[in-house]
Amino acid sequence: MTQANASAMTGAKMIVKALKDQGVEVVFGYPGGAVLPIYDELFLQNDIRHVLVRHEQGAVHMAEGYARSTGKPGVVLVTSGPGATNAVTGLTDALLDSIPLVVLSGQVPTFMIGTDGFQEADTVGITRPCTKMNWLVKDTAKLAETIHTAFHVATSGRPGPVLVDIPKDVQFAQAEYVAREKIKTSHYQPRVKGDIEAITRLVELIEKAERPVFYTGGGVINSGTAASQLLRELVDATGFPITSTLMGLGAYPASGKNWLGMLGMHGLYEANLAMHGCDLMINIGARFDDRITGRVADFSPHSVKAHIDIDPSSINKVIRVDLPIVGDVGHVLEDMLRIWKSRGRKVNKEGLAKWWAQITEWKAVNCLDYKNSEKTIKPQYALQRLEALTKGMDRYITTEVGQHQMWAAQFLGFEAPNRWMTSGGLGTMGYGLPASIGVQMAHPEALVINVAGEASWLMNMQEMGTAMQFRAPVKQFILNNERLGMVRQWQELLHGERYSHSWSESLPDFVKLAEAFGCKGIKCSDPQDLDDAIMEMIRYDGPVIFDCMVEKHENCFPMIPSGKPHNEMLLGEAETQGVIKAGGAVLV
Amino acid sequence: MSALNITKGSSSHSAYDLRDPYAEVIESHTLAVLVDNESGVLARVIGLFSGRGYNIDSLTVAEVDHTGHRSRITIVTRGTPQVIEQIKAQLGRLVPVHAVNDLTVEGPAVQRELALLKVAGKGDARIEALRLAEIFRANVVDSTLESFVFEMTGTPEKIDAFAELMRPLGLREVARTGVAALSRGA
Ligand SMILES: Cc1ncc(C[n+]2csc(CCOP(=O)(O)OP(=O)(O)O)c2C)c(N)n1
Ligand SMILES: [Mg+2]
Repeated sequence: MTQANASAMTGAKMIVKALKDQGVEVVFGYPGGAVLPIYDELFLQNDIRHVLVRHEQGAVHMAEGYARSTGKPGVVLVTSGPGATNAVTGLTDALLDSIPLVVLSGQVPTFMIGTDGFQEADTVGITRPCTKMNWLVKDTAKLAETIHTAFHVATSGRPGPVLVDIPKDVQFAQAEYVAREKIKTSHYQPRVKGDIEAITRLVELIEKAERPVFYTGGGVINSGTAASQLLRELVDATGFPITSTLMGLGAYPASGKNWLGMLGMHGLYEANLAMHGCDLMINIGARFDDRITGRVADFSPHSVKAHIDIDPSSINKVIRVDLPIVGDVGHVLEDMLRIWKSRGRKVNKEGLAKWWAQITEWKAVNCLDYKNSEKTIKPQYALQRLEALTKGMDRYITTEVGQHQMWAAQFLGFEAPNRWMTSGGLGTMGYGLPASIGVQMAHPEALVINVAGEASWLMNMQEMGTAMQFRAPVKQFILNNERLGMVRQWQELLHGERYSHSWSESLPDFVKLAEAFGCKGIKCSDPQDLDDAIMEMIRYDGPVIFDCMVEKHENCFPMIPSGKPHNEMLLGEAETQGVIKAGGAVLV
Repeated sequence: MSALNITKGSSSHSAYDLRDPYAEVIESHTLAVLVDNESGVLARVIGLFSGRGYNIDSLTVAEVDHTGHRSRITIVTRGTPQVIEQIKAQLGRLVPVHAVNDLTVEGPAVQRELALLKVAGKGDARIEALRLAEIFRANVVDSTLESFVFEMTGTPEKIDAFAELMRPLGLREVARTGVAALSRGA
């Protein structure tokens, strides 16, 4: 062996080495013909833990849960063809929510590509629109470099999922390993510092604003815990009210005195009206999603809008802003605080006092109020009890998608970032259960609860097997309304109460299902028993499937119907009569 | 501000009419996009346009730096100013994209396209085609007793005009390269 190829190794070995060099602790995956050499290498080592999932979609959501709760990239390994196509929903989910993932897929050998070989799929073609970047590696000599670049791209700038497609012969062939430090840091270096002049202009606006509001999003979480810390300092020092999107919950603590609650379609009355009536909107790491803006033409008509975002394409995409600042939230907040302090920490005290008086009036509406019941468990009540009984615990929450998700966002309080994992952009039913496992893998001692709807939960329930095998004591808190509740709500309000296929029939007996998986099942349908049942769930040392039978026809309020402005919010059943005309039904 | 005034009623507008409020003039812009010449990069750029509903009026691509493996993609696109800005920002954030230049706004630029036009005919029509070709400075690159293939370079408008004139004279086929463009000056 010559000096030059002393560090030569097979592609498969190279992959595992590259993952180790990137500090990867756990890989979520599923084997198959096209990745067998990689599985061979995994077998021969003990540094990286492999979590065998039950479906590749589950693997990607687990990696998302892992990534969101740690701030580190999640890693997935799947085989070619069906393995890769099963990963597509998870990739799209991660793209829309800006979650850093590195997905490695096997591919048929290079000499078979294009022949419709067994389990061949055009994986880079299929995943191009649902990844931040992807690569087909045809040469082992480029493999290590590509994997290191993949980690760089996934975690730099606006994070996102990337995929590396690796033909089987490339895994077998030998080449020189390229160390992480050796790769030429690609030209891809998104700008993180904001323009100081623009930040100074924003500080001037902050000093004068009479009715300011901070509107924060997932970008604060993605920027890291330091960004959340700076946000808290800024909010508390200025005394400005703050609201957040679904994605940004926890960046500012729910117990903080300036907290208005979540905004948007099912956001709080005071949050949405503050957005509508403000004179200065400071968007920090949010993207004016249509769930937030409602009718664009009437969105916050009288405000000056500033927008801090690391992605230049987010600026002016939906809402025209007056003051764009492209940069990483943490860096911009740091500069903003520094400049604001150096100019004497000024705010418009008089204006703010009036503004808070107005907000207090809105808060008095008590928009989350609901009619409780002695006989049936109201879903809101179930979440209030869950909140009360888990408060102060080392708690992580994931959710599925539907009414339960919105109620969870409304009724659970998040005191810290990275503790709330929900599918925001894509709204993927089936996200929560695997995500909860991914979270638990990263935080073995924590209490991890998936707040689920029965319909969503069934979509990836096979992953209970994974939870059992890997001793992930995840708690599946299913708000079982025997309905596709959110669909049913829209049909009630928008489709003349024609409940087309929106009920869950032939549901399994969840307690027996739990037994079949070998974990604990709890069923509760009486509000009087709820506290004890929840405590039983929390105390049980292992996975639990909690079948919480709730009111079947409860609607989630407040609600801004699609295409309505913020000040046309429905607060409760009485307000829904004839309000939403057929025109609104074309929207999602 | 009377914020507690919650009016009720239906509306015809929606979050999906995103571009309506800004429905201003539709502009044509020529963008020069410098990319790594790696597999899939063109698909990525085209997929961005189709996926987000942008227009492509013309697109050309070729490697312009053989050592650095850089290709230059020249795209002529249309949209409101807001959409054009979006297109540039969306292109700019693609990982293999190194630079996006809007030649329409960054000062004067030259635009050229090459076209081949096959015109078949006899007698007066044939003579007229040749006469017009001279006026347009089109070269004859192939001829038979019954046909010519003309080659011409120019702005897309010039080529359009020539093709229009050739139509009644027996235009059979047109092949166009799409626009290549460079900014003027140093
Ligand atoms: C994969 C997927 N398919 C369909 C939908 C549309 N959808 C949104 S919510 C919902 C109903 C969810 O029912 P359930 O999980 O029981 O939650 P609930 O609304 O009853 O709380 C459906 C079908 C979706 N979001 N994701
Ligand atoms: Mg349900």
